[in-house]
Amino acid sequence: MRHLLEVKDLEVKFALWSGELTAIDGISFTLDRGERLGIVGESGAGKSVTGFAIINLISKPGYISTGQVLFEGQELNRLPEEEMRTIRGNRISMIFQDPMMTLNPVLTIRTQMVETVLAHENVSKAEAFDIALDKLKKVHIPSPEKRIHQYPHECSGGMRQRIVVAIALLTNPALIIADEPTTALDVTIQAEIMDLLLELCESEKMGLILITHDLGVVSQITEKVIVMYAGKIVESGSTQAVVQDPKHPYTQGLIKALPGIIPPGSRLNQIPGMMPNLTEIPAGCAFHPRCTISDTICSAEVPALISKQQQGRMVACHMIK
Amino acid sequence: MESNNSLLTVKNLVKHFDISGGLLDQLALENGRVVRKKTTVKAVNAVSFKIMPQETLGVVGESGCGKSTLARAVLGLYPPNSGEILYQNQRIDNLRPQQMLPFRKKMQMIFQDPYASLNPRMTVNKILAEPVYFHNKSISTRAAKEKVAEVMRQVGVDPAWAGRYPHEFSGGQRQRISIARALMVDPEFIVADEPVSALDVSIQAQILNLLMEAQENRGLTYMFITHDLSVVKHISSRVAVMYLGTICELAPTQRLYEQPTHPYTRALLSAIPELGIQKPKHLKLKGEVPTPINLPSGCVFHGRCIYANERCIEEIPRLIKQDPGAYVACHGAEEKRI
Repeated sequence: MRHLLEVKDLEVKFALWSGELTAIDGISFTLDRGERLGIVGESGAGKSVTGFAIINLISKPGYISTGQVLFEGQELNRLPEEEMRTIRGNRISMIFQDPMMTLNPVLTIRTQMVETVLAHENVSKAEAFDIALDKLKKVHIPSPEKRIHQYPHECSGGMRQRIVVAIALLTNPALIIADEPTTALDVTIQAEIMDLLLELCESEKMGLILITHDLGVVSQITEKVIVMYAGKIVESGSTQAVVQDPKHPYTQGLIKALPGIIPPGSRLNQIPGMMPNLTEIPAGCAFHPRCTISDTICSAEVPALISKQQQGRMVACHMIK
Repeated sequence: MESNNSLLTVKNLVKHFDISGGLLDQLALENGRVVRKKTTVKAVNAVSFKIMPQETLGVVGESGCGKSTLARAVLGLYPPNSGEILYQNQRIDNLRPQQMLPFRKKMQMIFQDPYASLNPRMTVNKILAEPVYFHNKSISTRAAKEKVAEVMRQVGVDPAWAGRYPHEFSGGQRQRISIARALMVDPEFIVADEPVSALDVSIQAQILNLLMEAQENRGLTYMFITHDLSVVKHISSRVAVMYLGTICELAPTQRLYEQPTHPYTRALLSAIPELGIQKPKHLKLKGEVPTPINLPSGCVFHGRCIYANERCIEEIPRLIKQDPGAYVACHGAEEKRI
């Protein structure tokens, strides 16, 4: 079966004055129609760059040096910009962290939504307006007929993010990439937006890539998860399996570091040190200086992401048998 | 709230901000007549609580609930409109700046964003030594330097880096330096306003551990402001839940998380994303947080509460003792409807 999205050995580099740095170092994964994938990692792990690379939006000095992004059989990273535009924002939509930054503050919601529909579809303004209204209803905005004529500042944070989701839905995309969609929101609103995304993925058969640093959020709505560290995938598999039985020392560290796992008041299990700067990634396994079980091989050889123990479970670690 | 061996007592604290602007902005037309109107943000409304020595009081709530305003008012950074703040049974809210000085040495603050709270043009040494010189004019340069090195070691930053500037450090290191700055004057009480919200998970654990260690070694008392409910559960001995400028529930941590009583607390706790639990059934709140400019009558939560009745719309609920140490401001809980 053909996958909805297939990323093969993707590598993204940034050509800086001081030399080239590798932001994403050979990552591969697949996503099927209606499937939900989480990409987890700390700041600087390369999760956002992965999202941008999929829709070919890496801006200079960054570029995709090798690898393929196959979407519905088309190789996106080789498409000319004009054709890319029929896919980006159309077949693939993106949702960003801060809804106030995504929405244009000086245009009404109607203008922004109608504009988007007209840019992608051959319909009249009135039809575009109807589509917009319909999508606002889909994201459960109360009294959408009134809201659609308002400006973003007249809406609350949660409402704005719903509008952003509605805009992403305008062209009935097959894939939504959500980059930290709830990080700027309060927990109760975060829960609402996550419910909404889950509901939409199921009813519209959409694929979802959820990029976040929050393992809790990922474990709520995704089926598969990828854990990234310093531009590489260190572990991947079904979300339940990875969360309940993490194999890679980094994933284990991330989960153990969460408050709420151990008795209140006791010391949290911290991962010593910090994520390396991309200009000075350690040789061998990038995690070895912070790892508690590393050996001599870890500083010498880069571990391959290989299948360990269970089906569909991939771990990049020398120490895991 | 009867015993008075508390470190800090806050009684009916009110803080409103006037945002009406200039005279022309205040004028409005009403029934054909020009009237002058004042607009105030009612950030904190009649909040009372106590903090016991060496405990950690967590304050949680969503953005705009007044938790940061409360923190600043407690430290005297915002003069309150009314109410009393007592530090070791001494009123501090009406002191002149000069009289306040000895208290400032005892009370310190840690801020959220370690990028904004450290002066980029000062070296770490200067940042850390400044409060020492300020509160102890007679200290020798050498003694100050030793103190800086000692505290830097305690927070896990190599004293050899004292000559560096904040931009040369990572976010986690900077937060360590912010904590060091608060510890420089050997305070008793620290208000931490979202100290780990800007940090990654693995760094967050390091900073929380550091804060807990400092508390044990120095016998510190914390008021810990955060929106992260799992962080507050981990670090606090008691938790106050705020909504629209009022405390709706205040209880020992374990009790609050196991038996949340206030409908808002219940909704808030059910919204925490938990590891390994899929398709959560969280309690949905209807509507949105009203603006603190026009507070709802009665219980500020009534418009979103499924248990609200006539009384909730009319009468403001007070914090009522449920069990020892557990207080709830809810008519429904008082009448045992909930």
